[in-house]
Amino acid sequence: MSLTLEQVRRVAQLARIEISAAEAESTLGHLNGIFSLIEEMQAVDTRGVEPMAHAQDLAQRLREDKVTEVNRREAYQAVAPETEAGLYLVPKVIE
Amino acid sequence: MITRSLTALAQALAAKEISSVELTRIYLDRIARLNAKINAYITVDPEKSLAQARAADELRASGKSGPLTGIPLAQKDIFCAKSWLTTCGSKMLGNFVSPYDATVIERFNAAGAVVLGKTNMDEFAMGSSNETSHYGVVRNPWNVECVPGGSSGGSAAAVAALLAPAATGTDTGGSIRQPASLCNLTGLKPTYGVVSRYGMIAFASSLDQGGPMARSAEDCALLLNTMAGFDERDSTSLDRPVEDYARELSAPASTKPLAGLKIGLPKEFFGEGCAPEVMKLIEAAIEEYRKLGAETVEISLPNMKLAVPAYYVIAPAEASSNLSRFDGVRFGYRAPEYADLNDMYSKSRAQGFGAEVKRRILIGTYVLSHGYYDAYYLQAQRIRRLIAADFSEAFKQCDVIMGPTSPTTAFRIGEKAADPVQMYLSDIYTIAVNLAGLPGMAVPGGFANGLPVGVQLIGNYFSEARLLNVAHRYQQVTDWHLQHPAGLD
Repeated sequence: MSLTLEQVRRVAQLARIEISAAEAESTLGHLNGIFSLIEEMQAVDTRGVEPMAHAQDLAQRLREDKVTEVNRREAYQAVAPETEAGLYLVPKVIE
Repeated sequence: MITRSLTALAQALAAKEISSVELTRIYLDRIARLNAKINAYITVDPEKSLAQARAADELRASGKSGPLTGIPLAQKDIFCAKSWLTTCGSKMLGNFVSPYDATVIERFNAAGAVVLGKTNMDEFAMGSSNETSHYGVVRNPWNVECVPGGSSGGSAAAVAALLAPAATGTDTGGSIRQPASLCNLTGLKPTYGVVSRYGMIAFASSLDQGGPMARSAEDCALLLNTMAGFDERDSTSLDRPVEDYARELSAPASTKPLAGLKIGLPKEFFGEGCAPEVMKLIEAAIEEYRKLGAETVEISLPNMKLAVPAYYVIAPAEASSNLSRFDGVRFGYRAPEYADLNDMYSKSRAQGFGAEVKRRILIGTYVLSHGYYDAYYLQAQRIRRLIAADFSEAFKQCDVIMGPTSPTTAFRIGEKAADPVQMYLSDIYTIAVNLAGLPGMAVPGGFANGLPVGVQLIGNYFSEARLLNVAHRYQQVTDWHLQHPAGLD
């Protein structure tokens, strides 16, 4: 299998990573190299094998439904690019 | 002082031969003189380190000290440490001063250990050479033209260059074991779930595991005793009884301390693909193990060759999801100019991430996208189960598995940087261990052309204490782990 330049652009758009024409070219070459490695998997018959999502086959641990975190808004917003009155600022989304 | 083990340093501190402030200063002075040559640390902050050292000395004076009280340690820059810059090797987090401590940091702080600095690493732990760091390549103290391995390359180089007595690392596909091997350290990746991932910046959540990097198995055991333990803030942390990982190490030395131990040698590790000079040393180490009383048995891990392909689906898939949090809104880098919200995301991510991280996000996004999920992601997860099953079969015939950690010694800076596939293949012996979630170690096994070679030990789930003992018995009869690089004074 080999990717097309159009697919690289599409995936970059899905991933929200701006990509220049030159970058898309070189990325295409690298990704195709990586996918040729990945393709080795495809020859294996895995019918009947249960997918393994996790290293330990354990049920998700649940915690009690109670508040455990204290409000640390100021500390967390101190590292934000832009805030105002305790809110995160982003470019206008709704006209 | 700087070549002493952690136990010896603890004794010196207890005997008032030296204070934590004095010890910390010795390392800070060395870092000030030598870090420019190695680039092992991204951040050092003598004031903060010395304040912690003073507090440790006070704790000791009040009679409340433990084995790590006052010991300075290098922390991989993937662990969030409150009020420390925590970059994860990325421009994306170039301004991120963490508002909280990772559980690992919290546990070391509670033990009275001193943060000596934050070590360099491949960006978001994605790399095997420490060349993807936004903060520059790290140089291997054994040969500064060579890489230290990655992604915990800064931690490995710091300990090897005696810029720290020990360090932490994280291992998603070999990132503790491979740099340990390339820098002559002892490194341990615990069973998945043993060390909390809370505050450890996520790369591939089902594979990431923190662990110690030090000179000896004894030092690793001491560190793991503090690092390991249940943490309710990590949903995959395992709630198990507390263990003393050093418990087997104090048994008296004897001529055949490993009598009865069965070492499995996977034929897939001993075929083509490993440099002959590396293999020669691995075989010599195995011979040494036979002298210690161990038996060897040939085993097979038939799906081993599929580990790298499956990993490069699973790890990027998880990474693409984990790294979606870096969007320039709540923390991290935001592009200076943008048109609208989408443009802000796309530009911030394009400018904040390096090339390798972008590649992996793109692979992950692709394999998770509609129409490809079954063919790639689910297929990789099925293969993951086959690989885990191979190990459980193998452990019916042996107690530990042994082989090389890395197929070569440290390679030259730039040698593999242009070809991701070549770089990925430097982890052929380590990746399967992460997919299965097993514990693995790298242990110094000698030198080929002046560069270190590490023996890899793989154990069954929760066999850390045994692995450490198997490494320790070898270190009692060899002195590879006590060798230091020349020309760094």
